[in-house]
Amino acid sequence: MAYFLSTNIISSIGFTSEENFSALKNGVIGIKPVSEPSLYPEDFMAATINRAALKQKLISIQAAEIDFTFLERTMIYSIKQSLENTNVDPKSKSTLFIISTTKGNVDLLEKSKRHDVDPERVALWRMAEVISSFFGNPNKAICISNACISGVLALNTAAMYINADQYENIIVCGGDIISRFVVSGFMSFLSLSDEPCKPFDRDRNGLSLGEAAGTIILSKNPSASKQGIKFIGGATANDANHISGPSRTAEGSYIAIKKAMSEAGISPGQIDHISAHGTATPYNDEMESIAISRHNLQDAATNGIKGSVGHTLGAAGIIETAILLEEMRNNTLLKTSGYKNHGLSEQINISTENSVLELNTCLKMASGFGGSNAALIIQKI
Amino acid sequence: MDDLIQKLKVQIIEQLNLEDMEPEDINPKEPLFGEGLGLDSIDALELIVLMEKEYGIKIQNPKDGQKIFRSIETMASYIQMNQK
Amino acid sequence: MGKLFINKYCHIKNNKVFLDGKLVFSDDEDHDMKPFLKSVYRFLKPSYNKFFKMDEISKLAYLCSEYLLQDFDLSAFNKDEIAIVLSNSYSTLITDQNHQNTIEVADNFFPSPSIFVYTLPNIMIGEIAIRHKINGENIFFIVENFDAGLLTDHINNLYLTRKAKVFIGGWVNMGPESYEAFLYLLSPSGQTGNNALEIEKIYNT
Repeated sequence: MAYFLSTNIISSIGFTSEENFSALKNGVIGIKPVSEPSLYPEDFMAATINRAALKQKLISIQAAEIDFTFLERTMIYSIKQSLENTNVDPKSKSTLFIISTTKGNVDLLEKSKRHDVDPERVALWRMAEVISSFFGNPNKAICISNACISGVLALNTAAMYINADQYENIIVCGGDIISRFVVSGFMSFLSLSDEPCKPFDRDRNGLSLGEAAGTIILSKNPSASKQGIKFIGGATANDANHISGPSRTAEGSYIAIKKAMSEAGISPGQIDHISAHGTATPYNDEMESIAISRHNLQDAATNGIKGSVGHTLGAAGIIETAILLEEMRNNTLLKTSGYKNHGLSEQINISTENSVLELNTCLKMASGFGGSNAALIIQKI
Repeated sequence: MDDLIQKLKVQIIEQLNLEDMEPEDINPKEPLFGEGLGLDSIDALELIVLMEKEYGIKIQNPKDGQKIFRSIETMASYIQMNQK
Repeated sequence: MGKLFINKYCHIKNNKVFLDGKLVFSDDEDHDMKPFLKSVYRFLKPSYNKFFKMDEISKLAYLCSEYLLQDFDLSAFNKDEIAIVLSNSYSTLITDQNHQNTIEVADNFFPSPSIFVYTLPNIMIGEIAIRHKINGENIFFIVENFDAGLLTDHINNLYLTRKAKVFIGGWVNMGPESYEAFLYLLSPSGQTGNNALEIEKIYNT
């Protein structure tokens, strides 16, 4: 069995999981107008990390023979934070690093900018290696790049390896930044909202991008788990329908949840709470509502945090699971920032207020381009 | 108008990678989406880029695309009306 | 629970296609990859118009999967029991550069959605899944070199935890100078057992 040991989130609304959780509770919205022609010719909305505030903290991250990009530095810092107060030895052969990212250091492709690091660090495996080497880990870091399910998939993979007794501890870190590459691409898809995005709302009109780094450490050792929460099931599935649009019957998402529940050995009635993907694009949220309703999970309290921190791509599944752990530890269901009026064909139970709720068994959903879908289920010990 | 229709056919074949298709294979009245040319949602977005790049016409609301991109003919008349 | 066996493998490199280690197609006239991939398509005649919409690396992955699955009856298995486990080292670098070229300078800034959508390596998995109606597990690893150990380990884990019964594993890579696709098919019946050494061996044939 894999147990959750410790987490960290660095996002637009805070630099620890606790800070992020409390900001979400207080309704802080990290998505703001950005005027930065080097990122996009016109103003756009995004949830960016406060680089000036993080700078002092990142200064300590240095290595003699190598320079780091902002993303690498932030991911390293996130891992360092999550290692504090644990007895996990990152130098041990029984510790593995799994890195989740969609585009990594893609800004290094910009020809007009001068770059401080070797351009070969645009290679994702190289970025993963740089991060794990900083901690002196002897194993080859595993890098997963599977669109917007990368984070959940990385956690599923980590749990599977721990269950197979291959490692004692696995450090799963995800990160992606706001870049000209990604902003322009989503703009060309007309999928960016002109206001902070509104997951599941009637008036939702697109997503908001965010940037973040997040870390979750999984361990096979239950006594090390302060959080008292274990991973009990996870799966991925493909829609086999379209490379950018989600399935109208939610096929992949439905299968991923079904398989995760089957591995967990639970029935839908046991799920107290769902942390959805909730990008706030018209099709994604509708699709998720269909997946939820096909499993008769309409009553489970469902929320999403992208209305506050934006869609953080390769980090999303990790930071959203870290928030889910905070909700469970505090028995607090968070409201869904941006959601006001129900705008789905299925009557699912989207949270509108923070509330006290006994959260024992929870489901995390994710979906992305390439028809990819993932689900994971966690439970209190 | 005929010149514009001809030009559009060539640009659409090129931009949307409609391999094995010649301009004369496309009937300008035929629907671009659905049973006609069988274009999909990404093609629709690509046509929006084409309108801006080649004709300087910005389509702000993607819903307008449904009317504008009904056929090559509707595209051509939209361009004639909106080009500065 | 039984073992997994290697049923088939396909290797496309240097403008040649090898199926189970035997040369099945080569095009010595065209030395560029682009016309080569088109000639493979013409040779296979799959009549799949989506092919022309794909970026080059997805075309490569798609063609390799066509060869791999042409004589295999996938319908004997549930669609959600078939997993696709792929890897490479360049991710989608060539298409990333193409997208970057559309946005590099302000006065020629026209990002294209049909290019951008291919800037994720798992789109290759999506294309194979769509073509063959495969709903099972997916994962895309980015590694420095072909890593039979990683793929075998991951696949065996998925199999032992009953996440899938049939697997398409492999490596589809495209860089500025070279390209290579190597896919293999595993199922619970066959002669050659699935292990990292065996996969390494067929990769090197």
